[in-house]
Amino acid sequence: MAKPKIATAALSGCFGCHMSLLDIDERILQLFELVDFDKSPIDDIKEFTGPVDVGIIEGGCCNEENVENLRKFRQYCKVLVSIGDCATTGGVPSLRNMVPLEECLREAYFDGPSVYNPSGEMPSDEALPLLLDKVYPCHEIVKIDYHLPGCPPPADTLWEALVALLSDKPVELPYSLIKYD
Amino acid sequence: MNQPVTFFIDGQVIQGQPGQTILEAAQDARVYIPRLCYREGLSNFGACRVCTVLVNDKPVAACTTPITEGMMIENDTERVQNYRKDLIDMLFVEGNHFCMFCEKSGNCELQALAYRFRIPAPKYLFQFPQREIDASHPDIFIDRNRCILCGRCVRASKELDGKNVFQFVGRGTEKRIAVNADQLSDTDAVVTDQAMDACPVGAILKKHIGYTIPVGKRVYDHQPIGADIEDSAVASDT
Amino acid sequence: MNETLQDTVTRICSSFSGDRSRLMDVVQAVHDECGHVPRPAMEMIAQELGISRVEVESLISFYSFYTDQPQGQVVIRLCNDIVDRMSGMDRVAQAFSAELGIGFGQTTPDGTISLMYTPCIGMSDQGPAALINDVVVTNLSSDSAREIVQELKLHLDPTRLIKHLGDGNNAHELIQAMVNNNIRLKGDMLFSVINRGEALNKALNISPMEVIRAVKTARLRGRGGAGFPAGMKWEYTRAAKGDKKYVMCNADEGEPGTFKDRVLLTELPDRVFAGMTIAGYAIGAEEGILYLRQEYAYLKEFLENVLQKRRGDGLLGQNVMGKEGFNFNIRIQMGAGAYVCGEETALISSCEGLRGDPKNRPPFPAQKGYLGYPTIVNNVETLCCVTKILELGPASFNEQGTERSAGTKLLSISGDCKLPGIYEVPLGIELSEVLKMAGAEDAIAVQVGGASGQMVAPEDFNRHICFDDLSTGGSIMVFGAQRNILEIVHTFMDFFVEESCGYCTPCRVGNQLLRQRLELIMEGKGEPADLENLEELCQTVKTCSRCGLGQTSPNPILSTLKHFRPVYEAMVQEEKDGFQPAFDLRESLAVSERIIGRQSVHVHS
Repeated sequence: MAKPKIATAALSGCFGCHMSLLDIDERILQLFELVDFDKSPIDDIKEFTGPVDVGIIEGGCCNEENVENLRKFRQYCKVLVSIGDCATTGGVPSLRNMVPLEECLREAYFDGPSVYNPSGEMPSDEALPLLLDKVYPCHEIVKIDYHLPGCPPPADTLWEALVALLSDKPVELPYSLIKYD
Repeated sequence: MNQPVTFFIDGQVIQGQPGQTILEAAQDARVYIPRLCYREGLSNFGACRVCTVLVNDKPVAACTTPITEGMMIENDTERVQNYRKDLIDMLFVEGNHFCMFCEKSGNCELQALAYRFRIPAPKYLFQFPQREIDASHPDIFIDRNRCILCGRCVRASKELDGKNVFQFVGRGTEKRIAVNADQLSDTDAVVTDQAMDACPVGAILKKHIGYTIPVGKRVYDHQPIGADIEDSAVASDT
Repeated sequence: MNETLQDTVTRICSSFSGDRSRLMDVVQAVHDECGHVPRPAMEMIAQELGISRVEVESLISFYSFYTDQPQGQVVIRLCNDIVDRMSGMDRVAQAFSAELGIGFGQTTPDGTISLMYTPCIGMSDQGPAALINDVVVTNLSSDSAREIVQELKLHLDPTRLIKHLGDGNNAHELIQAMVNNNIRLKGDMLFSVINRGEALNKALNISPMEVIRAVKTARLRGRGGAGFPAGMKWEYTRAAKGDKKYVMCNADEGEPGTFKDRVLLTELPDRVFAGMTIAGYAIGAEEGILYLRQEYAYLKEFLENVLQKRRGDGLLGQNVMGKEGFNFNIRIQMGAGAYVCGEETALISSCEGLRGDPKNRPPFPAQKGYLGYPTIVNNVETLCCVTKILELGPASFNEQGTERSAGTKLLSISGDCKLPGIYEVPLGIELSEVLKMAGAEDAIAVQVGGASGQMVAPEDFNRHICFDDLSTGGSIMVFGAQRNILEIVHTFMDFFVEESCGYCTPCRVGNQLLRQRLELIMEGKGEPADLENLEELCQTVKTCSRCGLGQTSPNPILSTLKHFRPVYEAMVQEEKDGFQPAFDLRESLAVSERIIGRQSVHVHS
């Protein structure tokens, strides 16, 4: 029997949730015995090789590339899990939601105290994904099956949830593992 | 001696004192009814509605409704708890609650209620409103992004401090907390006012003492909110 | 004439004896004299009344007719309720805007004229209508809107805009309004001949308990819509302990599509005041307050004059009609633009000089109302009924109507009908019959009970207008085949979001979320599950809200979800990829594309 497949992505966030995933310490060996990793920064596979059982998303959506990526995850993954406050609430990047986008960009490229921009132009290269009007939590873009909050979610939370998901059990976390910070 | 009032919460027989509210009488009987705008020692307000219970199938706020003989109260049922979850979700999406860096995290009653109800993420769309902060005071900080309009500061200032530092202004979605001057530093507010301890969330914070309690030692890190009221058996990690 | 602001405030405050509970009146007076309440004036008012500035600010910021910002000497408030919208409000709005060269919410550069929207001003039978300061202008068109602006620019005097006067007392020298009564059907209860003083005389010749018994025997229920038995309310209030008691008349007719109190106050003010006086006698009160919505300020002088005459004729004052020991007086309290003040406890708050926040119940007003004293709050029409009951006897009242809904009821019918206006009908009448009278047989939907009521579909037009079936404070809004049900519902939700006092979570946040979800569905960004979610959210708002506003605001959505479900179903579709239909990538990139100056490679490839 083939091992279940996992894919992970880090969208608009800090990669801290992936660090937390690595924080499961020696259980990571157990994890590799249980599953195969597909598209993920952990194994550096860039594109999906096929359908995946569990997709794990860190970070919210701040630009068009995040949306594309997240939608692809939704299409490829049977179960999709938002991990961390950025994915579940927009998180720190969504602090910009209270400031008009134009002002954010002006501050970043023209007015900020450390900006050096002799051309006086707004970068417009197609390699730079366009920003969305605001930062969205993942479940406002695609349907999400499970949310694991935290900044980052503790390694134990991620481990407990993964084990439950891989053994087809409901994800029911104890009180001490649901934390928003 | 007053005759005790006998009533029922989820089938449990409870005796309370005449004049007590449902919330108070329940609390004395170690039954926790979730609440946010209620605070012992302040007048009852009935704004957050998190303490909604069904009395003979009719919804009322437990914090403002006095007990009467024979009342049949529904408190810890799926239906009632679902209403409460909706209300908590509403408060989260209405404001800008950045728990990950909020000084109040771990000691915040709104967050603690969400934990108690095991809410992994709010179900409504985030509104991301623009709210003003007031950092003018040397010792106190107001961050309206986190304000849930419970009015505890308003009442504490008036009823306990004998001042009138805070008041609501505006109406509906424009409603917000204002201070009795152009900014907080121009009021007679001092950091020792009881109003500064009344905020259930991180909207009114004292400066210079941020993050002093380490993660793991904060009020709601291990015990759900209300556990101190309930029997210890119920309060433990379930 | 060089009175300083301080002098003005001091003079005004002392005219109300520095009474904190008269803060509404103080603010109103300062507002009238200064055009707004400048922040320094708030400080002065606070000093004079012994309160804090933020309390003054709190009150001013609550009511939409008050502002702390300078505004035009003339303020045009265009009514944006659904019926006015249907009768061409948009064209009028454009004309006002174009002719003034400003948008809504703005003031002309010379600072003379401000333009804004306001919810239902009680003129749905003659819309589009607007308030220009206190002056009501009706049946507006784009042409008349332009003319109004041109004239105002010349003289800035709204009273000169009135070229012809309305019927009945609208032409009275103290009203001088172009408003028409539009009384279409006179019943023999409310619109019968008035024998001024007779009802009161009869009441004073029996004991207060007998008066209450008469009202109970008549089986009179509150005409505001809730239908609480009036006699019972009086009995509780009479029995309640209190050094003083109060009678309040709720003339804050804010429910969209209701305008019957406007007509009663115009044509039968004596009957309203007699009803209040009888109520005062019955419960043992010496003071009555008529809470008059600011939108009806054009009636104030007239009503004050009626009161003055009643005082002169011994119908008010010391020993009313010679009845030894029965003293009763009435004052008028002006509202300032807040729908929620129609809720009786909010109305009491407002009279006390507070924000119009509803109060916690219990205690009920009958136990602890105005300033903590036992208080009854009755609707204008209820009090008119009282007068007639005392004049003609209970039997003449309840011979019409049904067992549980006795008497006649005034309906305010508006919308897509040939004969909008006031109809006095016996309760229990079939809706279809009412529609026939109004020339509205082609209706595809009828909103009964105002924005907070319910939308009735044609298959239910045989239902009955009464407290136990289709209950209404009077509002009947008719919609023809050309109307979009969801747009109507959306207008109602806009209204509730605007008018929620914001005190409790479910009403403040829930209505906002309901409106947002409805908008998404209307934009085609919904899926079938959203309809279930919408319904669930409605239930939470209804169940958990603190007062009648939030407990009824989901009704338009709930009743249309039930009776007009295909309209919603046509707008939603199953999203197959697991994407959220509410999110539109193209829309969310529009700002970026504009700022960066290139199109998205993702969306457009």
